[in-house]
This record gives sequence, structure tokens and C-alpha cells, in this order.
Amino acid sequence: MKPDPVTHSAYRAKRKKSLVILTILLFAAMVIAAGVGAVTIPIAEVASILFRRIPYISKYIPNIGAQDVYETIILEVRLPRILLAVIIGGALAGAGATLQGLFGNPLADPYIMGISSGAALGATIAISYKLPSFFPGLSSVPIAAFLASIATMTAVYFLAGVSGRVSMDTYLLSGVVVSSFLWAVMSFIMMLSGDSLREIMMWLMGSLSNKGYAHVKMAFPYVGFGISVLLVMARDLNLICLGDDEARHLGVDPEPAKRIIMLASSLVTAASVSVGGIIGFVGLIVPHTVRMVLGPDHRLLLPASVIAGGIFLVSADTVARTLIAPSEIPVGVITALVGAPFFFYVLRRRKMSES
Amino acid sequence: MRLDAFSVCYNYDIITAVDNVSLSLESGEFVGILGPNGSGKTTLLRVLTGALKPWAGTVLLDGEEVHKMRPKLVAQKIAVVAQNGYIPFPFSVLEMVMMGREPHMARLSRESPQDMDIVFEAMEATGVTHLAERSVLDLSYGERQRVVIARALAQEPGILLLDEPTSHLDPGYRMEIMDIFKSLTRRKNIGVLAVLHDVNLASVYSDRLIMLNRGKKVAEGLPWEVVTKEIMKSVYGVRAVVRKHPVVGCPQVMLVPGFIDGRVEGESPKD
Repeated sequence: MKPDPVTHSAYRAKRKKSLVILTILLFAAMVIAAGVGAVTIPIAEVASILFRRIPYISKYIPNIGAQDVYETIILEVRLPRILLAVIIGGALAGAGATLQGLFGNPLADPYIMGISSGAALGATIAISYKLPSFFPGLSSVPIAAFLASIATMTAVYFLAGVSGRVSMDTYLLSGVVVSSFLWAVMSFIMMLSGDSLREIMMWLMGSLSNKGYAHVKMAFPYVGFGISVLLVMARDLNLICLGDDEARHLGVDPEPAKRIIMLASSLVTAASVSVGGIIGFVGLIVPHTVRMVLGPDHRLLLPASVIAGGIFLVSADTVARTLIAPSEIPVGVITALVGAPFFFYVLRRRKMSES
Repeated sequence: MRLDAFSVCYNYDIITAVDNVSLSLESGEFVGILGPNGSGKTTLLRVLTGALKPWAGTVLLDGEEVHKMRPKLVAQKIAVVAQNGYIPFPFSVLEMVMMGREPHMARLSRESPQDMDIVFEAMEATGVTHLAERSVLDLSYGERQRVVIARALAQEPGILLLDEPTSHLDPGYRMEIMDIFKSLTRRKNIGVLAVLHDVNLASVYSDRLIMLNRGKKVAEGLPWEVVTKEIMKSVYGVRAVVRKHPVVGCPQVMLVPGFIDGRVEGESPKD
């Protein structure tokens, strides 16, 4: 029998179509998020202000009566925060999808390797000892968090002996042990640091408030680089999640590939945790949901998770800053509150469509 | 295409798993490897694929040392079908078989129409085309094994290594799958090296048999040379009667249970 042309082309078209739809949804979410807040700005004007900033298409976008005030609010206040949400959401969801594949375990999330505890310790030290900052527009907290998480990542890597040949289980265990050690140190520091306790707690819950372009600039290069590496490795990930032997039989040397994938996803996680704190659930639930809808092929799953993670966190953050305005809810609370029920909704719908 | 192992040894720490084993496999041959549990069959197979580096000796794939070759190059020539492993995610059958094309594709390229043709031909050969869109997790063990075989065929290998590929299958599936392998040696001139548990099955399908015991090769040759009462006794420690298969003509083993001991003792097999 000749290959079925319908199956063949449908198989490829599915990939392209899903990514295009997700990208459109992402832009829609960003535009809506930019319009919502203490001052509500009509969507058309938001779109006009935002898209005129994009080179090449700017000359086709009409300037519809957008006042300068709107422009300042959108570009100076809301846009950096939205961009940060896209970067962090994408990073966490991408890293989560990767680690679930790497460990062949759908329960893995970006924090499983102890990176978040390193970042948390760094942030706690910076907050409670009020470390001075060396970079304009950036407090010492994200810098300290980033350095500490990179140090943690390195420590876990070498303690597990990954430079030799070691199972993923050893690596996971090493991450868990290092992480509980760091949490203990952190709790001790928190205990001694009476007045900055609230600030530390806010950081731990994950928040995108009071962030500017400096944070975007800090996180983007690492996230961008790491995600690119992961996208290139997507095919290897398909084979690795079937086990080391299978991967080797299909032509992928599992050890070096796993090392690269692990380091890239750690870097991505470290960069995003440093600027956003520990925002839970994104890295677990977004890849899961995407997998249920689009299937487990990492060549589609990874890019789709990155974009969907962006959509999810932009939306969650918009709710976080508007629900009880002028106060803010830590976005990590929203992601968990919204994420869990949504996850079950998708799970149920899938079950029903199967039967 | 040919695969040669010369005096291969492999140890796990101080335990010798493979001890000075030499073998060769040529295109179109079906060679069975037999041996009790823990006799080093699977370890030998892993040394042959280059996954384990032999402590001594060498494995040559078309004259090239296999553990120095890039895994991708090895995978273009050797495909492996083992017992079903754990599959964590619901890959579709098509996606699964498509993975067989990985060794032939450049890193960022998409599968070409030719790749698709090969994939569908492989699915056709093992009869899983109608399952293409189904999740492998929803399939029965036998169906899943046929998917894995299709994936191996999609690799377009010259050599197929099998590690007890039929051990959990019922007789129907088992014969069906063994027939697929046998026909590959005829139609596609693929060399098949199969680690098998079932002595009778190995005898029916193999051109040559190799018997391992405690890491050592204790017998090699035609089925009639390897499947004998004496070897069954010395390797497996069982009392056996060997008879000719009435249709195929190869030796078949009938095991004699312990409780019947006294009565069979005096009787001698006719051939």
C-alpha cells in the first residue's frame, strides 16, 4: 500500500497550525494585558501603540488617537512586566516539558533539581543583609539569586557525579538532598532576619511586581539561549524518554545528550527564578496540558509549551495585579488556583472525547 | 554487511559476564543465541551494539570497530528489538515508527516523503498500518512489539539484533513475529542475531545456533549439533529427549520432568 497522503500531510500541518494559533493567542493575551489595569485602555489603541514599536510592520499600523499618557503607561509600566511574564512563563513551561521528557516522568517540574532552593537562598541573603546593587535598575536580589542558583546547579551536577556515568535517579536524589540542605540554611537566615521576613515571603511566592526592563534584559539572554538549545535537542529528547538503550539503538548517545539538556534547562530555570521568584505550577501544568492536546512529540511539545507558558503567565499575572487592586496577589498563588482546576477540566474533557 | 566479534570479554566489576566469545554474522543469516539465565546473552548483545566497551577483544561492523563509531552510524546499520520497555508518554504508532528514521536524518531536518514511504512500508510489513494514529499505550503487548519491529525496519538496517523479542507473547503472535524476522533474512538479506529463551523456537528458525553458559561459548553449529541431549544436560541441567520436528526437520527438545524419572531412565530415544 502506498503511504496515505492524508495522514502524511495532516501530520505536518498539525504542527504548523498549532504553533501559529498559539502565537496569535500569545499576542492577543499581551495586548489585552497591556490594556487592563488601574487605567483601562481600549484594545485598538493598545494594539496600535504596541505594534508600531515592531520594526517592518510599523508603517502599516495607523496611529489611532493614542495619547502620550497611554503610551507611557503601556511602554514604561505594563510592557516590561508583560515581557517578563512571557519570558518566565515560557522558560518554566519549556524547562518543565524538557525535564518531564528527560526523566520520563510526567510529575517532574523545573524545580525538581534544587535550583529554586539555591535561588531562594541567594534572594534571602540579599534581602535580609540588604546587599548593595551594582547594576542600575536592578536590585541585588535577582543577581544574588541567579549566582546562587548557578552555584547550586553546579554543586548538584558534581555531587551526583554526572561527569562520570550516572543514573538520572542519582541526579534527582542529589538535587533533593542539596535542596533540603539549602532550605535549612535559608530558614535559619529567615529566622534571624525579623523585619525583612515579609519581603522574603513575597519573593518565595513568586511575583512580577516592581520589575522593569533591567530584569527583562537580565533574564532574556539566558532563557533565549537555553530554550534554543532545548529546541535543537527536542528530537533527542523523544528517544531519551524511552530509555538509554532505546536512545542508543536509534543513534543518540544518551549520556552527553542528557548532560546538555540538563544544563540548558537548569540555566533557563535559574534565570527565570532569579527575576520572578518561585512561581509554581506553570512548569508542571502547562506542558501537561499541551501534551494532552497536541501529543508527546517534543518537536511540537517544546515550542508549544514555551508559547503556552507565556500565555498562561501573562494571563495569571494580569489577574494577580487587577483582582484586588490596588493590592497585588503573588502570581504564584494565582497560577496554582487557576492551574489546578483548569488541569482537571482538560483531563476530564480528554477522557470524555476518548470514550 | 557483516558483524564479527573476536575474543570478546566483558566484566561487571569482578563478575565475568562474557568470557572470550567470538562469533560472526553475515547478511541473510539467522543465528540464534541460547543459554540459561545469566549466561551473558544480553551483555554480549550490548557489547555487539557498542553500548558496552569490551574489556578485551574487539567487535567489527564491516571491518570498523563498533565502539569507536558514532552511535548514529551504528544505528544506520544495526537495529535492535528488545523486550518492550516502559513508554512514559502516549506517542502515536506513526510517531514511534518514525523514530526509526532518526539515524538517517540531519538534526534539524524534517522527514522527507521518502522517509514517510519507508515508514509506511515498515508498518505494512508488520501489519500495524491501521493503528497509525493510535497511541502505543493503548495497544496490546503483541501489537506494541510489532510497532517496535516496524521501527527497527524503518532504520533500514543490514543487521537486526533481537533480545528475546517474543518472550511474553502467546504462540500465535510468537510465530507471526518470528516469521516476519525469518522473511527479512530472505527478502531483504538482513542478518538476524537473536537471543532466544525457547530452544525449540530457536531450532526451528535458526540457520546456526550458539550456546552460551556462564559467559563462555560452549557450542556452536547447526541446530542438530547444538540441540543435543548432552548439551541440554550440561548447560541447563535438565534431562531431555531430542526428536525430529515432523514438518521442519529440525531437532526439538522434550523435557523430562523429575517425577517421571524412573520410567524414562531405561528407555532410549530412537534417533
